[in-house]
Amino acid sequence: MRAVSPPFDSSSFVDCLRASGRLPEALSYDSAAMGGVPHATTVLALRFEGGVVMAGDRQASEGYQVASRAISKVLPVDRYSCVAIAGAAGPAIEMARLFRVEIEHYEKLEGVMLSTSGKANKLAQMVREALPMAMQGLVVVPLFAAYDPEARRGRIYKYDPAGGRYEEETYHANGSGGLFARNALKMLYREGMSRDEAVEAALRALYEAADEDLGTGGPDFVREIYPTVFTMDADGVREKTQDDVAAYYRAFVAGLRKKE
Amino acid sequence: MAALPFYVSPEQIMQDKAEYARKGIARGRSAVVLRVREGILLAADNPSAGLHKISEVYDRIAFAGVGKYSEFENLRKAGIRHADLKGYTYSREDVTARSLANAYSQLLGTAFSQEMKPLEVEIVLAEVGDNGRSDEIYRVSYDGSIFDEPLFAAVGGKAEPLAGLLKDRLPEIPPLARAVTLLREAFAEISGAAMPLSQMEVGFLDRAGKGRVFRRMGADEMAALSGGPS
Repeated sequence: MRAVSPPFDSSSFVDCLRASGRLPEALSYDSAAMGGVPHATTVLALRFEGGVVMAGDRQASEGYQVASRAISKVLPVDRYSCVAIAGAAGPAIEMARLFRVEIEHYEKLEGVMLSTSGKANKLAQMVREALPMAMQGLVVVPLFAAYDPEARRGRIYKYDPAGGRYEEETYHANGSGGLFARNALKMLYREGMSRDEAVEAALRALYEAADEDLGTGGPDFVREIYPTVFTMDADGVREKTQDDVAAYYRAFVAGLRKKE
Repeated sequence: MAALPFYVSPEQIMQDKAEYARKGIARGRSAVVLRVREGILLAADNPSAGLHKISEVYDRIAFAGVGKYSEFENLRKAGIRHADLKGYTYSREDVTARSLANAYSQLLGTAFSQEMKPLEVEIVLAEVGDNGRSDEIYRVSYDGSIFDEPLFAAVGGKAEPLAGLLKDRLPEIPPLARAVTLLREAFAEISGAAMPLSQMEVGFLDRAGKGRVFRRMGADEMAALSGGPS
């Protein structure tokens, strides 16, 4: 155990980790020499009335190959927020894990939760610190979604690899299938959607992304692996069960067949 | 201590330090950590709404401290740092109340024997069990001595009469609602004044919960639980 800390010590876990000498150094990586690493593909978030939905497919791809069929790219951070990762899977998941501890650590030390913009800024700093890795090809771009208990609404933040932080008022999607998901959401999104409508739009957009993008995994009826979906509102973070998601996709695919 | 003019025996030094610490701790108010059927209840007689004596430490672990605020607050923070570092370096299930209580015991023991002024604190670490693992309650004293409490721990203020009173009145492991009422009565009786629910700081480790199971209980929730007025 560290000795009793001096006053005005930082409430940041990253600082504490650095002081203990255990903060992992940025990886030095030569993508040409080492070949590919698994990449997480499509994640998205969209707002609804009084909250926000975040969803991601389950596939990690390594070039044209499937690296994993069942990874989770949407990770709950605390009672009101989730982070979704796209880009190099290893460093991205590690960043999400560290971010989660950082937010939790602050809340426990201070006795109050960080403000939503405080959380978003902290994540921006972590992305910026990963910039040397991004320069070498290990790009990590998270997406952050939270219910803001002060403003009583959902909020979405997207990032660029240099640590830029931009708030989105409607929806956003990231990753290799992000463009297709964004196009789908452009058609599906409207102001004041209900939670259920937003969940359906998110699942539909992921389906469209998987349809167009090789790296994105669609609903897998054989192995029973379906996208992960989280909603955040005044009741906190809730995950849609895999059964609910499966039921949606079964009905949706049946609807497609009839049209043929 | 080279400048001491007279010889003082080590026994005397230790006794004086212990008396100093005990007096400091007894001046404050009490806290109780108690096993209940639904989990573990932590309650403190605390008129301040902002300065907490009870805190979350990790997923299933909570902290209660009495004595000098600045001292147990520092210990609380050091414990959270230790827990978060360990959980991040290894895995979340590797953080245990036992190892934290051991670390506290080392820290307090060293401070007691080496510093001029001992820490005027007594702390309790509780971990709620699941999957067949039993609940654990550790009480760590100002001199680093550590006690494994089977049912409850009462610390601070008039801790001994409070513990005696609870021992007489507690059925083996009470249900949560009964425990809240009982603690309120016990606090009132020991302090000799009415105990409004707003003066009780209460935290609860929910056995049935997943992930971070600690939460604070407001006066409204306690009033609903105990069925009495606030």
